[in-house]
Amino acid sequence: MCLGVPGRIVLRDRDMGVADFDGLRREVCLSYVPEARPGDYVIVHVGFAISLVDEEEARRTLEVLRAIPGGLDEVSR
Amino acid sequence: MRYLDEYRDPVLARRLIGRIRAAATRPWSIMEVCGGQTHTIVRQGIDELLPVRMIHGPGCPVCVTPLETIDRALAIAARSEVIFTSFGDMLRVPGSTTDLLSAKARGADVRVVYSPLDAVRLAVANPGRQVVFFAVGFETTAPANAMSVLKAAAQHVPNYSILVSHVLVPPAMVAIMESASVDAFLAAGHVCAVMGWREYEPLAARYRVPIVVTGFEPLDLLEGILMAVCQLEEGRHTVENQYARAVRRTGNLPAQAAVRRVFRVSDQVWRGIGPIPASGLVLAPEFAAYDAGLRFGVAGTGAREHPGCIAGQILRGTKTPPECPAYRSLCTPRRPLGAPMVSAEGTCAAFYNAGRPAGQERS
Ligand code: SF4
Repeated sequence: MCLGVPGRIVLRDRDMGVADFDGLRREVCLSYVPEARPGDYVIVHVGFAISLVDEEEARRTLEVLRAIPGGLDEVSR
Repeated sequence: MRYLDEYRDPVLARRLIGRIRAAATRPWSIMEVCGGQTHTIVRQGIDELLPVRMIHGPGCPVCVTPLETIDRALAIAARSEVIFTSFGDMLRVPGSTTDLLSAKARGADVRVVYSPLDAVRLAVANPGRQVVFFAVGFETTAPANAMSVLKAAAQHVPNYSILVSHVLVPPAMVAIMESASVDAFLAAGHVCAVMGWREYEPLAARYRVPIVVTGFEPLDLLEGILMAVCQLEEGRHTVENQYARAVRRTGNLPAQAAVRRVFRVSDQVWRGIGPIPASGLVLAPEFAAYDAGLRFGVAGTGAREHPGCIAGQILRGTKTPPECPAYRSLCTPRRPLGAPMVSAEGTCAAFYNAGRPAGQERS
């Protein structure tokens, strides 16, 4: 039950809405993300959006990770 | 899928592992608190590639729900007027004598729901029955369970109630800090998405341990481990946030407000660990009418754990599943002896599903 997954809001009707999880659409309660709009990504837990994904922060994290040099310290599995 | 695949890139994972290997001068002990993180670490074999020792924490709500509470759930589910609803992963958790799935096979009306709001709907659709929802979990599910009570109250649904067994993560971390030797913690990202991380700041200072709020994908975990190792190597002990895309320092304020309205903090028994002060939630007095425990007057009597199960040591991180004599022989996911073998988030199930052999002790 602890799995939270990112979904994209496709529809919002007051505190309920529909989110898309890679093609699978599910009803989500949006009461706890009053600022979320269609197109936004939210983390969904047991049918509730508990957090709005901050796209700017997501981009920054990936930039940091991609900036790590490869080469000599590459580890083979 | 967006915000998942990018954080699973194997090339970047290898580079992060290289970074951690270069940074760590000692085999630091780092505990990941959340069972979802344990699952990723063990399945990906991350722990076997690192120069640090990953300790698997108590973060599986299925595993720490007290045996007495499972027995109470079984007593309620056995009543003919009751539709007992639950998240799927609670059905196979062994009580003293049986589990909810076996009760269902014997005719009890036990149904799996995806969200507690589905249980409220079921109550509206079945006014002649009593619908009970098994409200378990950490801070992540508490806002959902609170909302189901608020909706039932607003819509005057008299035949809905919840059997509450909610646990709070920070008090359990304190209990571990007091008893085990853990050098740093990866805090559970989704618990922090709800609660923020302000609660952890005094803990990091008092126990002088780095705490890194960490996400769930392989790159999240590796970056969280790297951040923890860097703090340890530099002698720092602060709270840092690896999972910035989903977690803010103050957490989710509307969700916290709903939880505060519906629940009160209470002492709580953790299965396998024992009582921890102020580590659980119970319904607030004004919502006592929705308390299934009161409504059905059930009391657990003579709850008994399987004598061969060492779940307490597993949940505290002092033993690993291969050190349990029952692991893979008497105890498998098909026939679990203890709760950590049931849910995919349980440490024993994570080891089993990753094919880790029995009888091996990790150094
Ligand atoms: S392997 Fe089974 S018996 Fe052993 S600690 Fe885990 S759940 Fe308990």
